[in-house]
Amino acid sequence: MSWFDNWHLPKWFYQMASPKWFYDFGARLQPWFAGLALILISWGLVWGLLYAPADYQQGNSFRIIYVHVPAAILGQSLFLFMAVAGAIGLIWKIKVAFMVARSATLVGASFTALALITGAVWGKPTWGTYWVWDARLTSTLILLFLYTGVMALNQAIPDRSVAGRATAILAIIGSINIPIIKYSVDWWNTLHQPSTFTLTSKPSMPPEMYIPLLLMVIGCYCFCAWLIMQRTRNEILDQERQSSWVARYLED
Amino acid sequence: MYFTSFEQFINMNGHGFYVWLSYACFALLVVTNIWVAQQRHRRLRKQIKSRLGRSAKV
Amino acid sequence: MMSFMFAIIRRDLLLVMRYPAEMLNPLMFFVLVVALFPLGISPEASLLSQVAAGIVWVAALLATLLALDILFKADFADGSLEQLLMAHQPTWILVLAKVIVHWLISGLPLVLLSPLVASMLFLPAEALPTLMFSLLVGTPTLSLFGAVGAALVTGVKNAGMLISLLVLPLYIPVLIFGTGAVAAAAQGLPVSGYLAYMAAMLIFALMITPWAAAMALKVGQMQG
Repeated sequence: MSWFDNWHLPKWFYQMASPKWFYDFGARLQPWFAGLALILISWGLVWGLLYAPADYQQGNSFRIIYVHVPAAILGQSLFLFMAVAGAIGLIWKIKVAFMVARSATLVGASFTALALITGAVWGKPTWGTYWVWDARLTSTLILLFLYTGVMALNQAIPDRSVAGRATAILAIIGSINIPIIKYSVDWWNTLHQPSTFTLTSKPSMPPEMYIPLLLMVIGCYCFCAWLIMQRTRNEILDQERQSSWVARYLED
Repeated sequence: MYFTSFEQFINMNGHGFYVWLSYACFALLVVTNIWVAQQRHRRLRKQIKSRLGRSAKV
Repeated sequence: MMSFMFAIIRRDLLLVMRYPAEMLNPLMFFVLVVALFPLGISPEASLLSQVAAGIVWVAALLATLLALDILFKADFADGSLEQLLMAHQPTWILVLAKVIVHWLISGLPLVLLSPLVASMLFLPAEALPTLMFSLLVGTPTLSLFGAVGAALVTGVKNAGMLISLLVLPLYIPVLIFGTGAVAAAAQGLPVSGYLAYMAAMLIFALMITPWAAAMALKVGQMQG
């Protein structure tokens, strides 16, 4: 990738490439994200569960939105995040970027699984069955399959740097395909099940309904930031255990 | 406050089971993820420290 | 560049010709899977004709998937892949040549055989040309995405199950549009829109997959 070599990126970009720098940086940033996540999520939960009005059609089962939608958003954006981190690693040959991508995989997969589970649980009072081949649920299921593929490939290759590169390529191809998959599934769905009642397509939600949702989404982003940093720092400790700075850090 | 009593809050007009199941799954996911990450951190530190201790003795 | 590509295609085809049974395997697998469905569901014509397009397409997906092993595995095992990667030729040419061979062995025979198996499943005759045409446009896309999966797992032991996990989710849009086209044709609706989407997917796959598979092959070579 020679044409990238002449790019001059900001200094922090190159600093981030150093495992030691990232380890310290994460340690400094983590408390902020943890605090923000704690405040936002508990604020959103209390508001959503106690104060938000019930939906006029779905009643109180509507409150599932406050965990379902953040989980779905996180699941999707973490796949993209993983692909971007992998691409950065491939282009600039940065080891830490692969570690970040690897740390994000399981987090994204667990949020996608949560979106599926809460979607199914929400489906029971709304549709009468736990599973309906609704467009959104189906594409979430396929997203989970994509995550499974990335995790399986990561597990199958013992060499960390090869695994990082291979999963980065798979994540990039997968994330390029996500819009196509989404489009085709939406289209398939309208063909086979005309105008079913979708869970979350409300044209206008009053602020007392959507502000708690917003709080939950931002809170979950902060939580994921904290978690991915923690997992990346673990990964750094694991892979850099031979280096002198790790020894110096752990001696005192 | 939307609910007038605690029973109502738990029951949620008959939808309580679904709502609470969803929130329980969310809580489980958050707690497990934190626990796994912290546990691994602790174990790694311990491993590396004991290796350092051994090499210091030699 | 072109001569390099044709040389590889000729070499691989000759290698396959030496074991003709290997060439027939994907085809037999395809027919076998299709034959399982009447046995598993019901031999009733009215039921089978409704699901025929889906069965043929799913069988085609699986048959091309199982044939992905032939893409790089033998060359990786005997070390000739390393030689080919060091040749002063762009790697994507090598990938493209391999994909063409894979399609000639797994895709094209399925296209030719599909009218036969589809009529065994009582697919309406007016939908047969659309089925063939959708397979003709769709199977190269399957081979292209499959090449990325096959390139990613070179050097991984017992890669058979792994490769299906990597590749099958990427096959879903092709499956949806392929069966959609056949269903529309069976109802007498226009199909050009579906086929245009499938052609667009093929062009898109041609743009990104040779590059990705080439990169994956080089990464796999680092192992070892």
